[in-house]
Amino acid sequence: MMERLTGAERQIALIICVVMAIVGLVMAAAGHGDPMGSHGAIVLIAAGITTFFVLRAIGEPEPAEDRTVDYYDDPTKAGLVIALFWAVVGMGMGVWVAAQLAWPDLRIDAAWSSFGRIRPVHTSGVIFGFGGNALIATSYHVMQRTSRARLAGHVSPWFVLLGFNLFCIIAASGYLMGVTQSKEYAEPEWYADIWLVIVWVVYFVLYIRTLARRNEPHIYVANWYYLAFILVVAILHIVNNLAVPASLTGAKSYSAFAGVQDAMTQWWYGHNAVAFFLTAGFLGMLYYFLPKRAERPIYSYRLSILSFWGIVFFYIWAGSHHLHYTALPQWVQTLGMTFSVMLLVPSWASAGNALMTLNGAWHKVRDDATLRFMMVAAVFYGLSTFEGSFMAVRAVNSLSHYTDWTVGHVHAGAMGWVALITFGSIYSVVPLLWKRETMYSWKLVEWHFWLALAGTVIYVFAMWNSGIIQGLMWRTYTDSGTLAYSFTDTLVAMHPYYVARACGGALFLTGAILAAYNVYMTIRHAPEKRPERDYPTSSEAVEPAVPAAE
Amino acid sequence: MSVKERDPLTGHQTTGHEWNGITELNTRVPRAVWFFIIVTHIWALVYWVLMPAWPLVNTYTRGLLGIDQQEQVKERVAAADATRGIWADQIAALPLDKIRDDTLLMANVDRAAPALFGDNCAACHGSRAEGGPGYPSLVDDAWLWGGDDETILETLRVGINSPHPDTRYAEMLAFGRDGMLDRGQIRIAADYVQSLAGLDSGASPERLEEGAALFADNCASCHGEDGAGVQDLGAPNLTDTHWIYGGSDEALFETIYGGRQGWMPAWENRLTKAQRKMLAIYITSLADGGPE
Ligand code: HEM
Ligand code: HEM
Repeated sequence: MMERLTGAERQIALIICVVMAIVGLVMAAAGHGDPMGSHGAIVLIAAGITTFFVLRAIGEPEPAEDRTVDYYDDPTKAGLVIALFWAVVGMGMGVWVAAQLAWPDLRIDAAWSSFGRIRPVHTSGVIFGFGGNALIATSYHVMQRTSRARLAGHVSPWFVLLGFNLFCIIAASGYLMGVTQSKEYAEPEWYADIWLVIVWVVYFVLYIRTLARRNEPHIYVANWYYLAFILVVAILHIVNNLAVPASLTGAKSYSAFAGVQDAMTQWWYGHNAVAFFLTAGFLGMLYYFLPKRAERPIYSYRLSILSFWGIVFFYIWAGSHHLHYTALPQWVQTLGMTFSVMLLVPSWASAGNALMTLNGAWHKVRDDATLRFMMVAAVFYGLSTFEGSFMAVRAVNSLSHYTDWTVGHVHAGAMGWVALITFGSIYSVVPLLWKRETMYSWKLVEWHFWLALAGTVIYVFAMWNSGIIQGLMWRTYTDSGTLAYSFTDTLVAMHPYYVARACGGALFLTGAILAAYNVYMTIRHAPEKRPERDYPTSSEAVEPAVPAAE
Repeated sequence: MSVKERDPLTGHQTTGHEWNGITELNTRVPRAVWFFIIVTHIWALVYWVLMPAWPLVNTYTRGLLGIDQQEQVKERVAAADATRGIWADQIAALPLDKIRDDTLLMANVDRAAPALFGDNCAACHGSRAEGGPGYPSLVDDAWLWGGDDETILETLRVGINSPHPDTRYAEMLAFGRDGMLDRGQIRIAADYVQSLAGLDSGASPERLEEGAALFADNCASCHGEDGAGVQDLGAPNLTDTHWIYGGSDEALFETIYGGRQGWMPAWENRLTKAQRKMLAIYITSLADGGPE
């Protein structure tokens, strides 16, 4: 793929690789004996591998292709394949975590296999590894198509994609070594955080520059969402990770915030990670791939505007619902709760807009599992946002907080919404990108759909039951006014649900493995077909009648 | 490019924009959406008026209801303490036998004690108090410090080898590591201990005799001449088959070689007197083969 870069671009890539290698070397030397040293070695190896590929191409002749006639899809393709890899790893870890909760002995006699270390590998693996790569890849695709312009740059998309994955690898390997800031979804230490800021700023600039090149008078809704995702995640990440390293040669830092301020900053971050990572970005996906696949106009442009600004505005306030009945002053809890409830309407407006768009295409939903993935995702989006707003009410939260109900809510959103919309998008975009007629096997898509749906439903129902039972047992008093159940009693009661959850997760994981196989076979074996009219408008002006140059 | 079209299915017009084949209808925002926006906003406004809500410069709006979560917690905890106090104060004041005779008080003990045990003791002693490697069983009637009411209450109060100033203190010395016995001697002593417990150690009579001598010199001062243990010292009886760390060759070797110093927390500042009494009643009833 490096051959498609110009000589000058290859040189820039080489310089970046060399700088990275030096950084890795310095980290490895300075952090010797500390996990930071191992991370330095990882950076060095990553830089070495990329340098190898760049060097192999550096002597090749300049690319002959005319870049104006085509979109730049190589990074998108790579991103999708990497996303599927992380899906299998992250969900595999999820199944292991679930199994450990049911059978705690399912580990080996090594610290890295303990629950506390593999759990964040699961959460980061699925959210950042799977979700993040899918967002980056589809955003490249969507911004080019809806702008009818080629990506603004050829090195920067690779820098963003590979840099982001380097971050993911440092994060996951760090957890296994016991490196953590103890902030959920923001566990990686200071040097990883700094690196992500650099990657993210390049991402933002790339997005804006591509949009600025657009050959369409208006910016499509999907791009608003992707932009909100990129911009707000940058802000959240920077603020929540403000910290002072304990030393420049070790993986340990102290947060700039303390006590309840720290808790509030963390959940302002945590909730908006849900909002702008797991929601806004994926709504961008939904707004592009669903109408595209259904071949129907978006039900209402006005509803799109209303729900976009509603979501962006209300979410920012809602973080404190994670800290009900804590040391957080009550007025902050009130604001979090009321804004969460007001948030429900724009959330449902988005889900409704998506479902109403399907009017006139329901026969396609019936026949086409890919579209059905997206339809069910919209339903789960509606379900989990309703549930979230409900749980944000203090009285409800007093039952649900700290219980598996939260975990059920998380996975209704994460599996039902985030993963399903991603799989739907992957199935609709893969044939197009690799210029195939269809996916290798529609039957496997169909199988995946039912496995994923069954897995999600089993998971979510198991956790609702377990969470509510757990919450009720915790608050049951005897006639004497003492607790009726010990904590262990609740664990015994939860065990069957934990087994069910592990089974549901295994079904879901099986589906993800089928997806990876199906995509692989599509790339290798499906019959070729050139997509129609899939090129930037600028080239239309040059060569009106013929699609991309042969 | 900006051509508005009418969607034949819904009859609505598009906005006239098109992105790679995607168009948008200009449908009005449905009434229901406005309705729920209004409902949720009014609800929020009302809630803000009634409850603590908005920050001011150095205070916040306290709400017409005057509710304060910290006050609420204090009140509720006090109220709960008061209802429990009715019987808990009596339990705190009476000796255990008087409590056992009082069916009303015992009803409270039966309700409260299992969860207390489960939350505080079961993690080490097992959910059925059966013990486990390193943690003594509480149902086998083999007591380290004694199983009468007063002794149990004291053990609960001060713990064993805990930071409590009055703690019970007991240590099995590290005979091997500290060079008092060599490995061979330890193995002989271990065989002798097994024979004390009536286990077949497979050792010859001469070897056991040697073991008896080693025992008399090194162990008897704590475990007693006959190995039956000394409760004042917390030294376990070695003639029964109740083991804390196990009676196998390996376990005994490890115990004698490296010593043992188990640890039980002091509950004086963690549980109330009434709670400790209920636990004492509960575990003595277990040791008597009471409720399973
Ligand atoms: C194969 C499917 C999956 C399984 C078996 C699974 C299993 C689990 C388990 C066992 C936990 C720990 C719960 C606990 O600590 O009590 C967990 C947490 C979590 N998982 Fe998953 N998961 C799966 C898929 C996903 C996906 C696709 C996502 C996101 C896109 C996700 C996001 C999360 C998050 C955010 C948490 C943390 C929840 C919290 O702290 O409340 N999971 N998962
Ligand atoms: C209107 C939208 C939503 C609201 C108001 C909302 C509200 C809530 C509430 C109240 C909690 C429980 C906090 C606690 O008791 O600790 C929660 C947890 C969570 N929600 Fe949502 N939610 C919404 C949508 C979503 C969606 C769509 C997703 C996922 C894609 C999601 C992911 C999560 C996660 C990951 C957590 C667990 C955080 C943790 O404790 O680790 N939420 N949400």
